[in-house]
Formats: sequence, C-alpha cells, structure tokens
Amino acid sequence: MALLEVNNISRRFGGLQAVNEVSFTVEPGSIKAVIGPNGAGKTTLFNLISGFLSPDSGAIVYKGLPIQGKSPYEIAERGLSRTFQHIRLFAHMTALENVMVGRHVKSRAGFIAGMLNLPWTKREEGEIRKKALELMGFLDIASLSHHEATSLSYGQQRAVELARALASEPQMLLLDEPAAGLNIRETADMAKLITRIRDLGITVLIVEHDMSLVMNISDEIIVLSYGQKIADDAPRAIQHNPDVISVYLGEDDD
Amino acid sequence: MKSFRFTPALALLGAVTVVQIVTLATGKEFYLTQLTMTAYYSLIVLGLCLLMGFAGQISLGHAGFFAIGGYTSAVLTTLDLSAYTNTSPVALFTKLSVLTSRQDLYGHMVLNVHPWAACVVALLLALIISYAIGIPVLKLKGHYLAMATLGFGTIIFSIVLGTQRFGAADGISSVPPFPLLPGVSVSGNSPLRVLNYYFAWILVIAAMVLLVNLINSRVGRALRAIHGAEDAANAMGVDTARYKLYTFMMSAVLAAIAGVFLTHFNGGIGPSEASIMKSVRYVAIVAVGGMASLTGTLIMSVVLNFFSLRGYFGTLDDAVFGGILILIMLFAPDGIIGSDLRALLKKLVHEIRKRMHIKSQTTNSQ
Repeated sequence: MALLEVNNISRRFGGLQAVNEVSFTVEPGSIKAVIGPNGAGKTTLFNLISGFLSPDSGAIVYKGLPIQGKSPYEIAERGLSRTFQHIRLFAHMTALENVMVGRHVKSRAGFIAGMLNLPWTKREEGEIRKKALELMGFLDIASLSHHEATSLSYGQQRAVELARALASEPQMLLLDEPAAGLNIRETADMAKLITRIRDLGITVLIVEHDMSLVMNISDEIIVLSYGQKIADDAPRAIQHNPDVISVYLGEDDD
Repeated sequence: MKSFRFTPALALLGAVTVVQIVTLATGKEFYLTQLTMTAYYSLIVLGLCLLMGFAGQISLGHAGFFAIGGYTSAVLTTLDLSAYTNTSPVALFTKLSVLTSRQDLYGHMVLNVHPWAACVVALLLALIISYAIGIPVLKLKGHYLAMATLGFGTIIFSIVLGTQRFGAADGISSVPPFPLLPGVSVSGNSPLRVLNYYFAWILVIAAMVLLVNLINSRVGRALRAIHGAEDAANAMGVDTARYKLYTFMMSAVLAAIAGVFLTHFNGGIGPSEASIMKSVRYVAIVAVGGMASLTGTLIMSVVLNFFSLRGYFGTLDDAVFGGILILIMLFAPDGIIGSDLRALLKKLVHEIRKRMHIKSQTTNSQ
C-alpha cells in the first residue's frame, strides 16, 4: 500500500486554480520529487499535504487514514514532517532547543508536569536532549548546539531545520526546496544526505528546482504545470518526455 | 541546570526576610504595606510575562482579570443574604460553611459568602471568561490581538464603573478579612502586617518556582517556539491554539488571585483597578523588565510598584509608566535587564574610554 495517496486534490485562490485535480502516490522507502516551473502549484501542494491549507475537493490519505483538512500539528502527530522553503527556525532559541522542539510529538509532559518538574518529566527532558544531540551528530552539527539558531550560516540553519524535522521520527519527510541557496558542493552533500535519510527507512517527497539533485536521487518524479500533473515517471523517462520539455523550454517555433 | 533546584527560591525568600528585618530595624515597618501590595501586583505581571515574553501574545486588558478576581470576591463577601436565611439553598450553604455570619462595621449580623468560597468562584469565573475570550481572540496576531484585549479590558472597566451592585464609581469597601489559618488572615490589620507580607511574598515565590519550571520544560520550549515561528511550531506537532489558550488562562488566573487577595488586604476595590491605565502599567513593567525574563520582570515590578505606591511619582504616576513604555520600545525593546544592558554598558564604557584616551592624548601633547 502506498504510504501517501493524493487523490484528485484541487485548490483555488479566487480566480486562480492553483492545484487542479492532482493525483499521485508515494511508495514507502522511495524518494519522489515534485518539479515544475514557478507558479506550477508545488508549494500549494505541499501546504495541502502538510495541513497549512485545506483542499476544495479531493482526498489525501497517509498511512491509510485521511489527513486532508487536518491541522499541521495533527499531521505531525501522524508521522509526517516537513521543512520550509524559507528556513523557519525558532528565533531566540539555540540550535539544540530548536531540534528538541522537533521531539514534541514523541514526548508528553504537559503544563502541570512542567510546572511541578516531576521526576518522570526530568527523565523525559534528558531523553529529548539526548535524542536531539544524536540527530545533530548524524547531521554533523552537534558542535553548533548552543549557538543561537538564527545566528548560524545558511547551510547550517538548513541542517538544523532538517534535524528538527527528523526529531519526530517521521515515516515521511516533505522537503521544500532543500537545495535552495546552496552551492554546487553543498547541493551534492544535500543529495547524499537525503539518500542517507531514505536509507534510514524514511520516505521523502521533495519539491526542488535543482535538476542535478532531482535527477540523481529520485526514484520517481512528478511534473506540475499550471496546477496540473503532466507527468509522473522515473527520471530517465521524465527527461525525454516531450510535454515536460516544452513546459520548461517552450515550444519549438516551427 | 541548577545543582540544588530550590536555591533561587530560597534566595528570594532570604531577600524577602532581609527586607522585612531592615524595615523593622530602621523603624519603617509601614513600608511592609506597600511591599505586600507590590507582591500582589507582581503576580499579575509575572503571569503577563509568561504570556507576552514567552508565548508572544500581548494583552492590553489584564487589569480586567484582576478586577474579575477582586470584584467577585468583594461582592460575594459583602452581599448580605440574611434576608434569605429561611430558604433551603441558603440554609444548606450556611451549614456547609460556604456562607458565614459575621458582624459588619455597624455591628449588625450579616450573612455573606465565606471568603474561601468566594475565592473559588472568582477563580472559576476568571478561568471561564479567559477561556471564552481566549478562543476567538488568540486567533488574532500583533496589534489586532492588542486591540481585542484592549476591548475586553474596557468592557470590564465599564461594567464595574457603571453597575450599582459593584459600587459604581465608589467601588466596594468594608471587604472582610480573608481567613487563612486560626489567627491568620489577609487583611489590612496592623498586627497582622508582617504575616500578610510573608503570605503575599510566599505566593510570589511559589508562582516564580512554578513559572520557571514551566519555562524550562517541554511546554516552555513549545511556547517559545510559538513565539519564534508559530507555523513551524505547528508543523512540529505543537497544538499552538491550545497552548496559547492555556497560557492566557494561566495568566488570567494569576491576575485574579492577585485581585482576590489584594482586595481583602486593602479591605476594598475600586473601578480604577480595572482601568486601561493599570493594564498599560503591567505591560510597561514586563517590557522594561525584559519580555522573556521572569527575574527581570519581578525586579522591575518591585522597584516601580513600590515607588508608585509610596507616591514617589506623584500625580505623574501613569505618565511614568507610559513614558517607560515609549523609552523601552525605542531604546531597549528586550528590556533593561537582559543582554541589551550588557551591550549598552559595554558601549558606554567604550565611549568613556575613547574620550579619556583622547583627553590624555591632548594632555600629553601639551
């Protein structure tokens, strides 16, 4: 069974049909990319899947249960995590604290337990910190733990956001333009990192513009144009798909 | 993390004790009255600091919750139900000690709600109203939230000012003492002044311990995340709406507790306690103390409230707090007691050094 099923999802904003009856599935353990020119509806699609928008029609099924219209936090609780195109780290908090928040769905201490600082609460805090540090180690940023997150370099902030998204131990990760703002070397590192994440058993859905990354690591690619899906295939096939080529490069004039 | 986690609480208790002894030694015991009132006002401000500094939600109407606490307690404990003594609910409540008989100022026997019962009602009311207001209002952000809370505060103010039952412009006076233990009650009674001082400050210390624990916990982290980037917090599994609401309710209850006890301490309450001026004052104190610093807020609360209550600001009392807000927003938006102070001091020292260096150079060249 597919881990994620998007069934005929549509969303309009006033006169603009941003996403138009898009359907696809994502198989567990795979890396799937969503590409398309600017304005194709990729970010809207991500926001629909992660709960920041509700679809006008259609369904989104994750692990067999419908999630369309649910709040982002409910979807996170179900094991679907995401990063943001424009990095959204928590200001005035250290990198470690940022990642520890990612552990929120895997912990329980509420207001009363927090105020009373009960023994089990302290133990839980220790576990949260330990797991967060482990993840930062996995991403080679453990040394940045106590720096204020927003004071780090762009690439480092991206890594912190990724660690934060992984901290909830999601089965599926939505990466919104993970290579944006990275140079060639950093992009190649990011590509390797994404495959390492996949090797951990996490399914990945990426929106990305960088074709080298997309073509290199994706198992399947969806192409959107003006809100519609125009192709859904393996990288090789996408590269030779005439519709895809015309959408990116324009029609031949003769 | 602290090695002995009660150290800060004990230190605060120590400071409180030292101050009391000093007032005794210098013959200024009457300061204890203002210091007790300061403690109660600090409860409001600490709750507001949690809401504004940590959860990032502004409230320009918090005096409203103080008034809900104070007025509910005042009304219930001064409402004479002796005319209804023969009715069954009144008889039942009297038997349960919810209602209590006492002699009022004029020597008449009256039947009022017992202060403990009135307190429970006051806090429940604060919880219910903050819940009802919070759900729609916390969906708002920035100045929209500020204006909505301002509206709330204005409504409460208008109600207490305009309602005869609440004493209208005169407020409610001859509010009875709040009995805590045999022989110990919250009241303005001079012999009980020292005990009242310690009671008020123990409440503040307890609130500090609970709030500091909360800030350093998973919930505290989630609140700071909401403040830092609300959408991202949501995406990480934080139920932002619920957390904001609970924080709002907590801060409302703290303000209401302050209202209840201060009203019994003062023996009365007036509509000015619900005014926008008070709400602005509380926001100013949180701002100058450092939005995200409970200690800073407490320190500034003690200093500013004590000076204000002693009359040092004279008739310009409200202007002082308004002025503080403006100055802080312009020069130190993160508060004085925060890293900005260190940065400001460093700059100041640097400037002074520069000038001294220049001065010595010109002196040397002569």
